[in-house]
Amino acid sequence: MKTTDTPPPADADRTAKVPGQGGPAVPGTRAKSDEGPGRSGGVLNVFSHGVLILWAFLVVMPLAWAVMTSFKDDRSIFNEPWSLPDKLHWDNWSRAWTQAHMSDYFIHTVIVVFCSLVGTLLLGSMCAYVLARFDFPGNRFVYFLFVGGMSFPIILALVPLFFVMKNLGLLNTTHGLILVYIAYSLPFTVFFLTSFFRTLPTSIAEAALIDGASHTRTFFQVMLPMAKPGLISVGIFNFLGQWNQYLLPTVLNTDPDKKVLTQGLVALATSQGYKGDWSGLFAGLVMAMVPVLAAYIVFQRQVQAGLTAGALK
Amino acid sequence: MQHGKYRFIAGFLIVPLAIYAVFVIWPFVQAIYYSFTDWTGLSPDFKMVGFDNYTKMFDDGTFWKSAQHSVTYVLLLPVVVLALALFFAFMINVGGRRRKDAAIAGVRGSAFYKIVYFFPQVLSIAIVALLFQFAYNPRNGAFSAILRGIGLGSVQPDWLGDPNLALWCIMAVLVWTQVGFFVVLFSAGMASIPKDFYEAALLDGANRFTTFFRITLPLLWDTVQSGWVYMGILSLGAEAFAVVQIMSVGPGGPADSTTVLPLLVYQKAFRDGQAGYATTIGVALLIITLIFSAIVMRLGRRERLEF
Repeated sequence: MKTTDTPPPADADRTAKVPGQGGPAVPGTRAKSDEGPGRSGGVLNVFSHGVLILWAFLVVMPLAWAVMTSFKDDRSIFNEPWSLPDKLHWDNWSRAWTQAHMSDYFIHTVIVVFCSLVGTLLLGSMCAYVLARFDFPGNRFVYFLFVGGMSFPIILALVPLFFVMKNLGLLNTTHGLILVYIAYSLPFTVFFLTSFFRTLPTSIAEAALIDGASHTRTFFQVMLPMAKPGLISVGIFNFLGQWNQYLLPTVLNTDPDKKVLTQGLVALATSQGYKGDWSGLFAGLVMAMVPVLAAYIVFQRQVQAGLTAGALK
Repeated sequence: MQHGKYRFIAGFLIVPLAIYAVFVIWPFVQAIYYSFTDWTGLSPDFKMVGFDNYTKMFDDGTFWKSAQHSVTYVLLLPVVVLALALFFAFMINVGGRRRKDAAIAGVRGSAFYKIVYFFPQVLSIAIVALLFQFAYNPRNGAFSAILRGIGLGSVQPDWLGDPNLALWCIMAVLVWTQVGFFVVLFSAGMASIPKDFYEAALLDGANRFTTFFRITLPLLWDTVQSGWVYMGILSLGAEAFAVVQIMSVGPGGPADSTTVLPLLVYQKAFRDGQAGYATTIGVALLIITLIFSAIVMRLGRRERLEF
């Protein structure tokens, strides 16, 4: 329903413009002419700047607070939540990393997300390529089967899914989790890449076919390289979605030794098994936060484009 | 050639379709079926009970509370989030007034805002929820400390422990995580609005309000509408589940004051051993989601005709 109303290629186009138009052009052109006081509506300017700054502060403050807290000892966390750490308690971090099994969760998450991402992109692009480029009976049906999956609440499927996994012996296994991640990433990936493959020129693929390349070879050596921008966008979208996934592992992955990062942190916080080591917990939280935030700051344009391209399913 | 083509198509489709069918389609179909059974989820035996689960649901006070909260979320969250995001995006992209260069530009530092506002979006909702759970701690959390710091120590809310406040505290977290995303989304939309529209409006002496309501909003309406549906589904689904399950007392408490439909599905299925009944609630959730999307689409269509 959502998908039929907005033509997908338009979305892809629009977001593709973000980096070029919105991003770099903005600060450069304005920095110089910004010195003079705002002519129209000075009060409004002050107000709106104030609100913008306030929101930036509201966003950064909790994160900064978490980082600060992760370096404090337990007593000062409780007694003065806003004070600066007396010294940098790096031991919180090492304790979280080893004793609280953050390292295990981290590695497991990396494995799951890496395999799921590769699987999602490979299977999704194969599927999308066929749906975008070939006429065959049932093409539309398969397409809408995938696209329809985007609008249903996952939570409804979770109960039966749990027992499907159980019967297949996939519950609490890494490969089972990977398969589920792939399955639930496919609807959007197929939807996005189908519209992307439709926009690619046909002539090159046809030339390759005439030269005697098989369909498979044409796909892997000609079409897939051409689809790289689309793969990057949808890849970023899926990476963040899978890295941050909480619902699926909570239900399907209850083995304490095989938790993913988000689950591990929540378990640490809720179970009292962590012996009230709040500083260690904060170190764990920050550990899980910082890599994604750092990656985002470096690749922010791609991440923003990738995620917003992904939003309008 | 033809033969090769169909073999190729089948070869490329079979694995993704199989995975998708087994893990997504099949569970969804089963869910509808199970909603008519008395399946506990613990034993393999169950029998059809017709509409028993549905009548049970209508008598279930917790269900109505959850539904009420979910509907509150779906009505309120998109409005708050989209309004804030539209305002910020407008200021960032169009709000600046310069005489030199382009007539239309954002306020100073707009690139910075666009980066910072997006921060929460790249973090896991689980991590965000945990962080705010600590911040809301009444005795030694960050928020209470701020109140004490500015001399309001006597107003010491219980935050998540207060049944009248907890739902709003949790909702605020969802607003916090989502606004930046829509700022970026709307910025992308605004970047594609032709500059001469704005220039013409400026020549006519339009101020910011007129520019926003006469040009930006109508031309951005499609994006706003999709965003609205997206935000609604999010506030009915997995994200709302995560924040309520992690942050609230119980979870769902105190006294069912924060429970939402996805949480209830989860609890009935995996805590109370009522898998059949859980899927019934899931079906109700699905229906609410569909009704919501249909209404937004309808409202949107009418709105678009006006311009």
